Amino acid sequence: MTELAKKSQASVLENLDSVRAMIKRHKRNDILFSIIGLIALMIGLLTLCTLFIDLVMDGYPRFNIDFLSNFPSRRAAKAGLLSAWVGSLLVMTVTFLTAVPMGVAAGLYLEEYAKKGWFSDLIEINVSNLAGVPSIVYGLLALGLFVYGLGLGQSILTAGLTLGLLILPIVIVSTRESIRAIPIAIREAAYAVGATKWQVVKDHVLKYSQGGILTGVIIGMARALGETAPVITIGALTFIAFLPPSPLTEAAPFINFDWLTSGFTVLPIQMFNWLSRPDHAFHINAAATGAIIIVVTLLMNGTAIYLRYQIRKNIKW
Amino acid sequence: MANVTTPIKAESRDLNFFYSNGMQALKSVNMPLYENKITALIGPSGCGKSTFLRCFNRMHDLYPGNKYQGQIIMQPDNTNILEPGVDPIEVRMRISMVFQKPNPFPKSIYENVAYGLRVRGEKNKRIVDDKVEEALKGAAIWNETKDRLHDLAFNLSGGQQQRLCIARALATDPEIMLFDEPTSALDPIATANIEELMSELRNKLTILVVTHNMQQAARVSDYTAYMYLGELIEYGDTDMIFTRPTRKETEDYITGKFG
Repeated sequence: MTELAKKSQASVLENLDSVRAMIKRHKRNDILFSIIGLIALMIGLLTLCTLFIDLVMDGYPRFNIDFLSNFPSRRAAKAGLLSAWVGSLLVMTVTFLTAVPMGVAAGLYLEEYAKKGWFSDLIEINVSNLAGVPSIVYGLLALGLFVYGLGLGQSILTAGLTLGLLILPIVIVSTRESIRAIPIAIREAAYAVGATKWQVVKDHVLKYSQGGILTGVIIGMARALGETAPVITIGALTFIAFLPPSPLTEAAPFINFDWLTSGFTVLPIQMFNWLSRPDHAFHINAAATGAIIIVVTLLMNGTAIYLRYQIRKNIKW
Repeated sequence: MANVTTPIKAESRDLNFFYSNGMQALKSVNMPLYENKITALIGPSGCGKSTFLRCFNRMHDLYPGNKYQGQIIMQPDNTNILEPGVDPIEVRMRISMVFQKPNPFPKSIYENVAYGLRVRGEKNKRIVDDKVEEALKGAAIWNETKDRLHDLAFNLSGGQQQRLCIARALATDPEIMLFDEPTSALDPIATANIEELMSELRNKLTILVVTHNMQQAARVSDYTAYMYLGELIEYGDTDMIFTRPTRKETEDYITGKFG
């Protein structure tokens, strides 16, 4: 080996050492960041877990079927959630039936039919803004519009419509986003065989975006389930020992709409009511209710994730 | 260069095209498509060949602000398919298209091919079944798919997906089929299959194909057009264009001095 070659070999080895040292330094930063990230994640997650475990432990004595089948009562141990969960269920039904068709139609219109321009930009900004409006403002709006303006009273219908308005932006935004995710190539393929706009929308756009829309709807519903402020504003009752008339009847026509105008309470309000009592025994009820609301919300979000996965499984762009 | 014995299927006359941003992408293009022949469009990226192809099925109508000027006359009915009074949907029912990347719908193989018929309101299952089979056979993919018609189209390989897209375009018996760089996303074997298929399809319909690949144009086409900056520089028999081009620009491009 010549002197020159030896020298250059030495410099290569030296250089290699410094490269290795540099890689090591950079890897340290990797580890450092992943630790910081993990801590940040844990703070959020552990807080929620602690809260949930605390609620479960406090509310533990109430976890039995009586708690779900009893009306509220002056005696904490006999008080139950019956009117609250039935109320929540009925209000959610109205919310679903109003927010989904309106939200999907609005999102579809904005994405597929509306001319793009300053006006559609303005609408877009407003819809995004609506998603951030405090829920109590929706309550005030509903009090003026639905309760007094339209004379719907302090009813299930009013509450359902209010919460429907509240989650409308969520449904619109998720509809638009999942429509936008459909590649142009797929639309063009459909148009190229001679499909009309409505055929493209019905056979393709809606079909392929339903996973995303559904996720948005369920997440919106989970939010509506836990909303308290707007429902209080429109005057939900806090102590109710009766059920609204059943939507299904034994005699024809088997469907009855009287429940829409009935007074009601919902889960978070029942919880709030028990929490404001001085007697500690009621706080146990409140904790149990809180745990139930969290579990139902988690279940709804879990279902959303599962359904999205199931639907997306067959779609690869 | 015009072939006296072959009738013209469609012809562009003084065709100008403007995108919504005002850019003129086609400048007074005059070109015939001979019936049952393959015409290839070659030229460097951005020369307007895809823009020209997409005029034939009014794809540009999907995006607001695009403007056509001039005519594309289709035979035998002598219709100017660019005329505002002619419904683009009618045009797309007569002229189908195969895209650059295979773009099957996220539906079954069967439903992909049947979609063109469904759009036309065909409900009779027997007719749809027959047409689907015929189209899949026509696209040389029947043997691979006949036992799995209800599988998702995405489970096919890239080359099979592209042949499925050809079957989809074929199912409605179009008069002209447009191919927009149909093999640019495929491997050499799949490319050879598609090219062979195009030669066979020539017996049934008229083909216009945009290609990036000069050898492909030389292999499959009967006529070749060289475009540059939105203008049709030269058009003629494929043999002529590749052996004795009359224009210097064409020669520079096909010999690889440019592009």
